[in-house]
Amino acid sequence: MMIRDLLEEITLGVTSNKARSGLTMLGIVIGIASVIAMLSIGQGAKASIEASVQSIGSNLLLVMPGTQRGSGATVSAGRGSSQTLTLEDADAIAGLADVAAVAPESSKRYQVTAKGTNTNTSIMGTRPAFLEVRNVSVEEGTFFTAQQVTSRAKVAVLGPTTRDDLFGEGAAAVGQKIRINGLTFTVIGITESKGGSGMSNQDDIIFVPISTLQTYLSGGSSVSTISVKAESQETMTSVQEAITALLLERHDIASAASADFSVMNQSDLASAASGIGDTLSLLLGSIAGISLLVGGIGIMNMMLTTVTERTREIGLRQAIGAEKAEIVWQFLGEAILITILGGIIGILIGYSIARGMSAFAGLNTQVAWSSIFLAFGVSAVIGLVFGFYPARRAAQLNPIQALRYE
Amino acid sequence: MIEVRDIVKEYVNGKETTRVLRGVGFRIEKGEFVAIMGPSGSGKSTLMHILGALDTATSGTYLLDEQDVSSLKADELARIRRSKIGFVFQSFHLLPRATVLRNVALPLVYAGMGRGEREQRAAQALMDAGLDASRHNHLSNQLSGGQMQRVAIARALVNDPAIILADEPTGNLDSKTGDLVLETFQDLHRQGRTVILITHEPYVAEHAERILVIRDGELVEDRKGRGGTLKTKTAV
Repeated sequence: MMIRDLLEEITLGVTSNKARSGLTMLGIVIGIASVIAMLSIGQGAKASIEASVQSIGSNLLLVMPGTQRGSGATVSAGRGSSQTLTLEDADAIAGLADVAAVAPESSKRYQVTAKGTNTNTSIMGTRPAFLEVRNVSVEEGTFFTAQQVTSRAKVAVLGPTTRDDLFGEGAAAVGQKIRINGLTFTVIGITESKGGSGMSNQDDIIFVPISTLQTYLSGGSSVSTISVKAESQETMTSVQEAITALLLERHDIASAASADFSVMNQSDLASAASGIGDTLSLLLGSIAGISLLVGGIGIMNMMLTTVTERTREIGLRQAIGAEKAEIVWQFLGEAILITILGGIIGILIGYSIARGMSAFAGLNTQVAWSSIFLAFGVSAVIGLVFGFYPARRAAQLNPIQALRYE
Repeated sequence: MIEVRDIVKEYVNGKETTRVLRGVGFRIEKGEFVAIMGPSGSGKSTLMHILGALDTATSGTYLLDEQDVSSLKADELARIRRSKIGFVFQSFHLLPRATVLRNVALPLVYAGMGRGEREQRAAQALMDAGLDASRHNHLSNQLSGGQMQRVAIARALVNDPAIILADEPTGNLDSKTGDLVLETFQDLHRQGRTVILITHEPYVAEHAERILVIRDGELVEDRKGRGGTLKTKTAV
């Protein structure tokens, strides 16, 4: 039997019961489409997380209050909940070798109003070094100066999203007045957009001098984070160690195990973040995988029915000289044809769903070539695996009984 | 040419052994038109299955064109059927959603023949079986019973087999159509083909030129039929 004729017999077999073949194919289409769509969400989420980790700065070390890890059952006090870091700590860190810039940060959410509009956003008190440390640039106007920090000036630099919320999209805001928790601030600049969405929108923020925040709004002198930029990638580890040693000494703590602060390296954050992305992909992928499995069982079910229904045809094919292998390939081929067609349609639909989610739900999705190949391979393998048993059953029919089957 | 010697077929069902054929032997020469006749349960169907290489005998020898096919394996039997046997069944066994031409050419597909030659030979076989060319592209389920059986006969001819085995070919047809089909077999016989007709009806068997009567698994009679001399009722 020639391959071309085999393909023709297979096509005739699949098309001779279009409704059943179509419904069975639908199972595979749904399975493959959901695998593609789910993986695209997972991969998109991973990419967004990684991008936001990258966008917070380069060669960045974050010093935060609270315990990093302890021997035994130490309970972390949690970021921002303790008040062990101070501006003096930040100044001391700035004096260390290989430190390019240091920006203490303290933030709190307040109600902000401007000309009748109002919003609730995060007010970040910091110093001008923040621009360099966190890769932030000013699009319009200026950032506040060291002088304004010292003088506790009531000036504010808005993130673009906050500007849009308060003054309207793209409106001129520099020079306008806003009220933060009842206090009047002058807008002196707008930062460039950094992207991100929803909870992690880095553009929904107002920067004020840290001294102003501490004096007029939050009170106290603690800071929630000290961001440190190392001179280079290579010096990050040594700077991390130097900061730890310095702060242990300043806080009068004997061992690193009982430190009341933690120093995080940006690459730790990045790997933790991509770990989250991978777990998300795996979770979503396995949920979708279940529907693919169900689709595969549908294939087996249909092929078993087909073999039973076409017993007489199988008997005839045997009588006119079909060998076992030719019968096996006919039915296996039908199963594989259905799964491959279903796979291709599923990939197209899954891709469209992913694009649709990006366009309409604002979700970042990414369809990787690897998941397309994976889905295609999986659908072919499903045809092979779930088609094999019915095909073998067909080939092992006794021709005499098959011919007589009613 | 067919030669069977002392064919025995037993079926084992649990502890019970049923002997369906008890030592059958005969010879059929090339070009003969033979009817194997017997009541149901006589073992004629079992004999047909062995002659058609669908099954093998428990003991005994079966020579088909001087080749011993008594103890071949399933795939070897399939290759024998592909090249030497043409089957015509009571219930036609056509692929319903395939065209007439495709149905007839199907055995050649398994023989690995190219499309062009396949369709040419299928068309010739249809002509030999008495079906005109206008129906080649009809779907087989659009045909009448008599036409279907002639398509099935053409399919049996297409691989130019050593024997054509027809198992109750008129069983599903009314008597008028049945006669037409029997006439077709007589035509094939006249073309020099070897035809074996399996039937329980003496009337059908009489159309052959030789009748083998099977009863209780044994050959009880080997006589001449009226073959070429018997005219079917409808024939002029």
